[in-house]
Amino acid sequence: MNSNILEIENLTVHFPIYIGTVRAVENVTLEIKQGEVMGLVGESGCGKSTLGFSILRLLRPPGLIAGGQIRYHGNDIVRMDEQELLAIRGKRIAMIFQDPLTSLNPLFRVGDQFIETIQTHENGVSNKEAVERAADMLKRLGIAPDRLYEYPHQMSGGMRQRIMIGIALVLNPDLLLADEPTTSLDVIVEAQFLDLLNELREQFNLTILLISHNIGIVAQMADRVTVMYGGRLAETGKAEALFADPRHPYTQGLLASIPNIKLDQPKLHSMPGAPPDLVDPPSGCVFHPRCPYVMDKCRGEIPPSFNDQDHQTACWLYG
Amino acid sequence: MDKDMEKLLEIRNLTKHFPVDKGFLAQLFTKEKRVVHAVDDVSFFIREGEVLGLAGESGCGKTTTGRLILRLLEPTSGEISYRGTSIFQNTREEMRRLREKIQVIFQDPYASLSPRMSIGASIGHPLKIHTSYTPAEIEDKTHEIMEKVGLSPAGFLARKYPHQLSGGQRQRVAIARALITSPDFVVADEPIAMADVSVRSMILELMVRLKEEFDLTYLFITHDLATCKYICDRIAIMYLGQIVEIGPLREVFQHPIHPYTISLMAAVPVPDPKFRRKHPIPKGEIPSTINPPSGCRFHPRCSYAKSDCSGEKPRLDQVAGDHWVACCVRPNAGA
Amino acid sequence: MNYSPTAALGQFIRRFTRMGKQYGVEWWILVAGAIVILGVVSMAMFATVIAPYNPYDQDTGPQLSPPDSEHLMGTDNLQRDVFSRIIFGARTILGVAILAAILSSILGISMGLISGYAGGGFDKVFSLVMDSIYSFPGLILAIAFAAMLEPGVTNISIAVAVIYIPTYFRLVRGQTLTIKQELYVEAARAIGAPGSTILAKYIFPNVIATTAVVFTMNVADAIMTEAALTYLGLGLPPSVVDWGMDLAMGKKFLPSGQWWLITFPGAMISLLAVGFTMLGEGLSEILNPRLLEK
Repeated sequence: MNSNILEIENLTVHFPIYIGTVRAVENVTLEIKQGEVMGLVGESGCGKSTLGFSILRLLRPPGLIAGGQIRYHGNDIVRMDEQELLAIRGKRIAMIFQDPLTSLNPLFRVGDQFIETIQTHENGVSNKEAVERAADMLKRLGIAPDRLYEYPHQMSGGMRQRIMIGIALVLNPDLLLADEPTTSLDVIVEAQFLDLLNELREQFNLTILLISHNIGIVAQMADRVTVMYGGRLAETGKAEALFADPRHPYTQGLLASIPNIKLDQPKLHSMPGAPPDLVDPPSGCVFHPRCPYVMDKCRGEIPPSFNDQDHQTACWLYG
Repeated sequence: MDKDMEKLLEIRNLTKHFPVDKGFLAQLFTKEKRVVHAVDDVSFFIREGEVLGLAGESGCGKTTTGRLILRLLEPTSGEISYRGTSIFQNTREEMRRLREKIQVIFQDPYASLSPRMSIGASIGHPLKIHTSYTPAEIEDKTHEIMEKVGLSPAGFLARKYPHQLSGGQRQRVAIARALITSPDFVVADEPIAMADVSVRSMILELMVRLKEEFDLTYLFITHDLATCKYICDRIAIMYLGQIVEIGPLREVFQHPIHPYTISLMAAVPVPDPKFRRKHPIPKGEIPSTINPPSGCRFHPRCSYAKSDCSGEKPRLDQVAGDHWVACCVRPNAGA
Repeated sequence: MNYSPTAALGQFIRRFTRMGKQYGVEWWILVAGAIVILGVVSMAMFATVIAPYNPYDQDTGPQLSPPDSEHLMGTDNLQRDVFSRIIFGARTILGVAILAAILSSILGISMGLISGYAGGGFDKVFSLVMDSIYSFPGLILAIAFAAMLEPGVTNISIAVAVIYIPTYFRLVRGQTLTIKQELYVEAARAIGAPGSTILAKYIFPNVIATTAVVFTMNVADAIMTEAALTYLGLGLPPSVVDWGMDLAMGKKFLPSGQWWLITFPGAMISLLAVGFTMLGEGLSEILNPRLLEK
């Protein structure tokens, strides 16, 4: 049964700073279905990472959720109090980040970080039990259990990234948020990591939100894909449908401008212009200054998402 | 491609080892010196007018090779010749004149520009060093090159500082600075790695266009094999300080022979959900450059490795025409 | 946009208060320090106009008389007007302190740049010398230099300058070592710039910002050192009007109740030093966050 594990509705996130308010995420609505991998793509500054952080309310000040709901199994995370949040964070929804060297505490052994995670979220787990679970997790990751006694800096980048997944999954969460998990990895290690993620996804029955600017890995991993631009949702749909038939002009431009090692496409197309200023975004459709199909309507009114067989596009061309 | 075209740059047995600092006491008591084998016995050449891609993952030595060519580092041993003359024999004066002809574009456009120099001053500085143009002439030439790379209006932008520009613009500044002395050869060290996705194609396109217009030769250093396809004529794959395969781009991409090249190409994520990877990827990670594996450095991770592979280091052997591979097993050859 | 003077003044005041709100109390400290310094500087510049009497004149009034309407700060034992001596004394102390600061900054910065960039044995030797000077108690070193050299404004400035050179040296050398590793310095080498150009155009401009704060603190310190030296009778001949010397002389008369001879010079020395310190503090708070966020 494909129910929605996470429903984001009209989410708006602002960063009020001294030169104005950065509209990092504006009115984004999307659903993540149970058991799927949802890929969230876009360039830097499009709001995808901000959205990821908002889900667990990990926004750094001055960021704040200015509106909307984030419903996890029906409960709105935005309105949860501290206690309810702690019950979810790490335990039901876990997150891994781009640079494992900075997300793992350099002063503690890896094993200790596992134990701390387990014992903070579950009462009455003895040290021995926690270590066993950690060792078990390492085995599943293909790492020798005695590496629990090592410090993060003694490990390679790829291994640290796997440890980070291990810590994230040791509590058996339903949903894993992965924010640019492979950006700091070499190509071959990245491929190993993605293979591992696929295996773990099956073993743990995971739902994954994969946030990345690397369209290649999203194409390889995701069941459905969402494209963001300028803080807004541009297009969302099944991966194969979106790549085969990109509808939003931004998606079209983006896909035409990324190098593809397999295709025999001699030229790369480039999109003119630059990403929008989020403090003072363009009126109407945020992409209109760069859009080759811009119409008068686009300059004035913000397009809603037009749905066509589970393929949604926020563009007046489809209205 | 005319194979008798002049060899612009020739590199022979280039080696660079970096000493590893040990603690004071350890240095007293142990005799062996530990070094990082950044570049080990690398040989190749670049023909005039072509773009040679130098590709590999971290620690393969591609960036160090670039720095050696620019003589920002001194080699441990080996030779680099530019138009037949060894660059390491150059005097300071000769080196300065060479720098007019060999230029560089770095990976991080923000870090490669002085934050306290206006971009006009940064771009024009090479002219100040190498020519005797008047300030007015330098300004003219600066504006001219700025317009050529798409920094327009030049007069307005020339007075700006790096932090006032976008990432894409900053990389254009770096390109303008590299080309203002009309060099023959440009070393591009991961020029688009730090740029935004939508800006990358613009910069790549610009580099291709400028190559035609200025009659340039590029050494394109990158970890992203997919971009090589759009700019490189030939490609060299490096692993742990050595070249494992080198040849025309189409050849190497369609018929990779070295197991590492095969794995590397298979691992590159294809932005198309219909393509799922078929070839298995090697296990393990890149070993330490301080203690590289014996013989063929890839052998511990290679699924085709035989007993010979840990013995003697394979040399680059010609496979077909311009295509050379350093592998004894060659699982794909003949395919 | 209207250019009338009142509008310009209004804009200035608005900018002024906005800075205050943005930076908080540090801005006001900076402003307070600046006001004090400006006051003393004006006093020094317009000394001939403001001073009621000639500071050398030994016949301005009764001997050792307390402050009154004729002599705002009283008279000393040689019947000289203290107020005029304070005003003219500002010239001496400012002149020496600023000259000393300029000398030490020029020497310290250039040596730091060259030593940091050159590295190797040269750098090791220089650092050793500088560290030795630095670890030596400043005042004693200044006394030693002042005693060796003949009394005079230039010489006392040199004596004061010496003790501050290592501070600039260390700061600039440290920064140079860091900046030397930056990519834009490597880029400068790649375009063929010679070492001197790299130092002057690429390293120096990126180093200078931090030295501004050190300069103000240097002046504050130099003021105290100058006063200390002249208090001890070193560095300047008695023919020069100076707060430190007046302080030394005034000390003798305190037991007999003539407080004005020692209080005013002492207060002025403290006030001027505090003024520069406040300027430096405020400046450092305001510049540093900018430097950190690049």
